[in-house]
Amino acid sequence: MQKTKRIVAYLLLLCTVSMLCVGCAKTDDSSSSGSTQARVYYLNFKPEQAEDWEQLAAKYTEQTGVEVSVVTAASDTYESTLKSEIAKTDAPTLFQVNGPVGLKSWKDYCYDLSGTSLYANLKSDDFALKGEGGEVLSIAYVIETYGIIYNKELLSRYIETDAAVISSAEEINNFDTLKAVAEDIQSKKDELDIEGAFTSAGMDSSSDWRFKTHLANLPVYYEYQDEGIDSSEAIKGTYLENYKNIWDLYINNSTVEPSLLSSKTGEDAASEFALGEAVFYQNGTWAYNDITGYEVDDEDIGILPIYIGVEGEEEQGLCTGSENYWCVNKNSSQEDIEATLQFLDWVITSEEGKTALSQDMGFVTPFSTFTDEYVADNPLLKAANDYIAQGKKPVAWTFTTMPSEQWKDGVGSALLEYAQGTGEWSAVEDAFVGGWAREYQAANGG
Amino acid sequence: MNRTLRKYFPLFLMPTFIAFLIGFVVPFALGLYLSFCKFTTVSDAIPIGIRNYTQIFSDATFIHSLWYTALFTIAAVVSINVIAFTIALLLTRQIRGTNIFRTVFFMPNLIGGIVLGYIWQLIFNGILLYFDRTLTYSATYGFFGLLILLNWQQIGYMMIIYIAGIGNIPPDVIEAAKIDGATNRQILFRVTIPMVMPSVTISVFLTLTNSFKLFDQNLALTAGEPSSKSEMLALNIFNTFYGRTGAEGIGQAKAVIFFLIVAVIALLQLYLTRRKEVQA
Repeated sequence: MQKTKRIVAYLLLLCTVSMLCVGCAKTDDSSSSGSTQARVYYLNFKPEQAEDWEQLAAKYTEQTGVEVSVVTAASDTYESTLKSEIAKTDAPTLFQVNGPVGLKSWKDYCYDLSGTSLYANLKSDDFALKGEGGEVLSIAYVIETYGIIYNKELLSRYIETDAAVISSAEEINNFDTLKAVAEDIQSKKDELDIEGAFTSAGMDSSSDWRFKTHLANLPVYYEYQDEGIDSSEAIKGTYLENYKNIWDLYINNSTVEPSLLSSKTGEDAASEFALGEAVFYQNGTWAYNDITGYEVDDEDIGILPIYIGVEGEEEQGLCTGSENYWCVNKNSSQEDIEATLQFLDWVITSEEGKTALSQDMGFVTPFSTFTDEYVADNPLLKAANDYIAQGKKPVAWTFTTMPSEQWKDGVGSALLEYAQGTGEWSAVEDAFVGGWAREYQAANGG
Repeated sequence: MNRTLRKYFPLFLMPTFIAFLIGFVVPFALGLYLSFCKFTTVSDAIPIGIRNYTQIFSDATFIHSLWYTALFTIAAVVSINVIAFTIALLLTRQIRGTNIFRTVFFMPNLIGGIVLGYIWQLIFNGILLYFDRTLTYSATYGFFGLLILLNWQQIGYMMIIYIAGIGNIPPDVIEAAKIDGATNRQILFRVTIPMVMPSVTISVFLTLTNSFKLFDQNLALTAGEPSSKSEMLALNIFNTFYGRTGAEGIGQAKAVIFFLIVAVIALLQLYLTRRKEVQA
């Protein structure tokens, strides 16, 4: 009896110890393989292109034998994923930041890209973010454009109605006309068989960035233009009245009551446009895949600049810029850095890479290797190029200089409260102007 | 037997102890250290003294979250325990289908917080649609929405604990009370409730800490909207940590304060309810 007990005890002990060993052995295994063979680990920001990146990575591994793993952070969790991933032994070798403000937290992790083919092939220095010593810390890989997407067919149907305020879409080249058209469409919505002039300005987190970030870009941009600056530690809010006007226009001439905006999502707005229930939809070139293939034909998709009522805006173009910048992790091993740079070089110079980026992912890139045959088949991009060809002045993406995420959230919440009638416009002004100074102080003071 | 136990117990305890070290002691100590640092990732911290702590109390959202959470916790602890106890009383009477009811009431507990949050958000918004409102119209809606959700989720669990407690009361005590001429009311307040005090201790402890630490449900239901007014402490800490460059240390310091608050309240509650426990 005593003996069996002892045997059982030893067996149990063996079990627990071996379990511990297995647990440890696993981690040993992966870290040792990581250090012997060069590898690339890309922490991808864009969930829409997750599969395309994985396919491209598999192709590269097939050709070169270098292991490329692509991990995509879930929507809205990139910063938190990056923070935990980069502290690991197998940290990402390639990650991205969203612009100068995002770079601030990660600049100590960025490898100087100035000697790389990535930088050599960059069309302009505007697409690179540099450190204090002039080192190239981060390079944009996709240029995007946004504005007010509109349904040409619905708009021409409106033009045929009695007493339409315009006779062609080209006449919408300032805020007053846009307002008159939108309000007239809204009042004739039953006649036109639509739900509203604008899609719902949803303030769910899947959609609120369209207003707290992208729409807020315009007043910030014009203020920067006035002052001749490209970033600021304290904004004055000169164009906040214009911001209010356009926001009023969006929420009062829409498919839903303003009090319901908080629960409306990005998909709601996209589907309203795709199903032909609304004429105008503020979004960008990346939204093409969401709105194509339903009720609206590709040739009926057009895009207008966002007019907010600034002097001389007839010459204003679309908002064009980037918030996707690649960084190579400086703390990775030298072999991994080399492997990553080679992978990036392959992505922007090889046939497969260029096709994947331009066709599968639909990106417009700032690299000179992407010649004319690598233009994505996207009517919004074509329209965007037309505006540039007509000599309209593109609006830069100044929202990458907004002081923090907290600032955007503050503006977003205030916009929502104003829309649903539980808050005053002065709260938006305070979040915009006062919040900017407070957040700038908090992010840079300490 | 005892001698062998004494000889071998370190061996058997070791795996659990190591797990406890890795899973609790080390992260806790690291967290404490990080709250005195400025850092982007946990491996590049620079100590900066108590500056993180001094910034906490100038943050109005944190103070608001603190009150909002405290109020919510009181409401949740009272409602969950009263309702759970009532249902437990009903289900320990010999009525037909008791087991089915017990299972049904327990089931919501098996669904995760995020899923629950989204489901209830759909339900609430569906109802509020008739009034042209949504759940994030005001923080009061969020408060009661969260209260209903948490009640629905936790009542079943607490009910099981109370049922076990009630089942443990020796029948002769109740019988003796009846023979002595006690009314039903007297039996409930003078016999049953004092006898189930150990269950009350556990249930109140669980609901108290759970409501104070509530995160998933808060995130999924309202995400703190409107304007962070329905943001509870745990979510406030999370948003501080990720909302701003360089604020990670402040979030960490808030988490330490948060731990202290929860620990003090929980210990105080344990001490108070323990005193009320009686032996048959």
